[in-house]
Amino acid sequence: MPKPADFDKLTPAQKLEARLAAWQNHEGIEFADKEKENEYRFRAQILADVVKLRKPARVPVLIATGFYPFPYAGYTCRDAMYDYDKLGKAMMKFHADFEPDAVASPGLYGPGKAFEVLDYKLYHWPGHGVPETTSYQCAEAEYMKGDEYPDFLKDPSDYFLRFYLPRVFGALEPLKELPPFTNLQELPFVGPGIFHFGLPHIQDALKKLMKAGEISLEWFTRVVEIEKNIITSLGMPKFQGAFSKAPMDVPGDTMRGTKQILLDKFRKPNEIIAASERCAQLMLDMGVRNSVWGGPPTVFFPLHKGADSFMSPADFKKFYWPSLKTVMLGLIKEGLIPFMFVEGSYNQRLDIITDPDIPAGTTIWYFDKTDMKEVRKRLQGWACFSGNFPSSLLKTGTVDQVRSHCRQLLDDLAGDGGYYMVNGAVLDEAIPENLHAYVETVKEYEI
Amino acid sequence: MSKELIDAVVDMREEDAVKIAEDLLNSGANPMGVLDDCREALGIIGSRFAAGECFVPELILAGEMLRQIATLARPRIQQSGSAPQQKLGRIVFGTVEGDIHDIAKDIVVFMLDINGFEVMDLGVDVPAAKFVEAVREFKPQVVGLSGFLTLAYDPMKNTVQALKDAGLRDSVKIMIGGGQMDDQVAAYAKADAYGKDAMAAVTLAKGWVGAK
Ligand code: B12
Repeated sequence: MPKPADFDKLTPAQKLEARLAAWQNHEGIEFADKEKENEYRFRAQILADVVKLRKPARVPVLIATGFYPFPYAGYTCRDAMYDYDKLGKAMMKFHADFEPDAVASPGLYGPGKAFEVLDYKLYHWPGHGVPETTSYQCAEAEYMKGDEYPDFLKDPSDYFLRFYLPRVFGALEPLKELPPFTNLQELPFVGPGIFHFGLPHIQDALKKLMKAGEISLEWFTRVVEIEKNIITSLGMPKFQGAFSKAPMDVPGDTMRGTKQILLDKFRKPNEIIAASERCAQLMLDMGVRNSVWGGPPTVFFPLHKGADSFMSPADFKKFYWPSLKTVMLGLIKEGLIPFMFVEGSYNQRLDIITDPDIPAGTTIWYFDKTDMKEVRKRLQGWACFSGNFPSSLLKTGTVDQVRSHCRQLLDDLAGDGGYYMVNGAVLDEAIPENLHAYVETVKEYEI
Repeated sequence: MSKELIDAVVDMREEDAVKIAEDLLNSGANPMGVLDDCREALGIIGSRFAAGECFVPELILAGEMLRQIATLARPRIQQSGSAPQQKLGRIVFGTVEGDIHDIAKDIVVFMLDINGFEVMDLGVDVPAAKFVEAVREFKPQVVGLSGFLTLAYDPMKNTVQALKDAGLRDSVKIMIGGGQMDDQVAAYAKADAYGKDAMAAVTLAKGWVGAK
């Protein structure tokens, strides 16, 4: 079923149904054989069931995946970012061996070469600032200075082009000399507005950007191919669609950094709120625009600075939640499903997030460390919930411990549907036997 | 004692607090007294944190206020006037190798400090050998290992093992904490305990040195 011509006229609920159907019917994907197609349909069905708060034929089991597939396949983390053959082989082996119910994205690791060309400062990555065998890591700094909130608020894109990106990418530093594009209005303004593009060092920056673009295009083409291969040969759907962020995390994560944003809460409270409001529309657009027809209609949000330890429930309500809720409601209106990854814990905010303005069966809540029994109490019948299978057990426990913890979680949570199993933090390390036991225990469980 | 200063710090009025402290110092107040007031305020903040009434940002800001006021007060402290305080015990603390999460570490160190411990903070991404060296020199009763990543499980284990190999394991109690840590990991790393937050760190350490 192609996208209906009158899609824009549908109600939000109809849009969601249409998007789900296109995904379940694997719009645009051909399978090698009927068996794999059936497996795909079964998996997509049980996932759709839990999203729609129904009881699935069996509980879906996912593996939130970090760099684990690479050491598991005998490769380094660096390989994931530089060697696309190894990227493909490791991801295929991981999915074929463990058989989770959805595909973990091979696009998570990024093209290392492009980052080199751009002289990317915001991250260290394997072989470039951290050992080849460990995951990439964010190098926090005040990439936006404390007194620059007004500049950002005035025009976020201009601020990114001329302030933020030149600081984050060494190769783009010369772009800070560019005049704003909004100068380019009448004929006499054009010459003075673009002569900078003739300057050798600015041309050099643009050439590097083009080079990084070429590398990224090749990488992207391969990632799509790898993903398609896994989907068609293993009968596994994708479950994570587009990507967006909580508006307050935009300044909070990579612009101001964790420590500064927490201090800004006292020193510049109004600026944080204004910046979050300003980012809401941008984050909504990002989620809508990156959603692909026929792909999973979910928009994934890694939630950072609103966790229990970062602020009181009252501050959560004041700083973090309003703009996030705006984005979520906007996505729901488009028939998209906000897929919230609650990092850390939300034990003190379950009553805030279960907001009556958010219709039942339109969101997914994936928890890292929140108390899952409490989650069930508050979310059951309102939203799909999952998570908090401890990483510690997968890496340091025994097969028996893994099995019994899985069964315990399933007994506690799965009974009424609307629930699937997933580990709480992305997987970098595990004992393979434990991971097998984890997947099998869930698949054997009868609800 | 300045109630005004204590209140400003406790109420998170950063500018007021620094200004009041500065005025007090300029009008000849005893710098040690000013710092004592800050400690008193931090004690109140600490117990509010323990009671779940305030959160990480408050602790970070409290630390910032203390740092600014101490910078003002320090030059005025007479060499002779500063009698060393009696400490409850010594602690070596750090985030283990491969892990750079420092916000939680700083908070735990800060809380241990205001609760009367002398803490040697080794920073982040600390190799096992550095812990061994620090334990040998500083002779702590307690070692605290912070880590937020699953990738920190093995470095925690290796650090405990390195202390054992150096013959130092029996001289210290070891606690771990942070993000993906739990009792399961404490057992895996052969540490003595896992603590879920900064107050748990204080309680564990006090228990081990026999303070209440
Ligand atoms: C902020 C943050 C960051 C910041 C760190 C800023 C800084 N300067 O510390 C940045 C952006 C740099 C970062 C980087 C990374 N992070 Co990070 N990060 C977080 C986040 C959101 C919060 C952690 C935090 O600081 N909390 C604030 C503290 C103060 O709160 P708290 O935990 O309640 O603190 C108490 C306890 O931890 C305890 N405690 C702490 N240490 C100790 C020690 C002892 C002895 C005791 C008793 C108690 C104790 O006391 C504290 C005070 O009460 C968590 C998710 C989360 N919400 O937990 C992810 C998280 C820890 N990060 C994660 C990841 C994956 C990463 C990166 C790999 C991501 C990346 N690609 O950049 C890198 C790795 C960097 C590295 N090598 O260390 C994952 C780890 C998953 C895994 N499988 O291991 C997490 C869990 C997110 C997730 N759910 O996926 N991160």
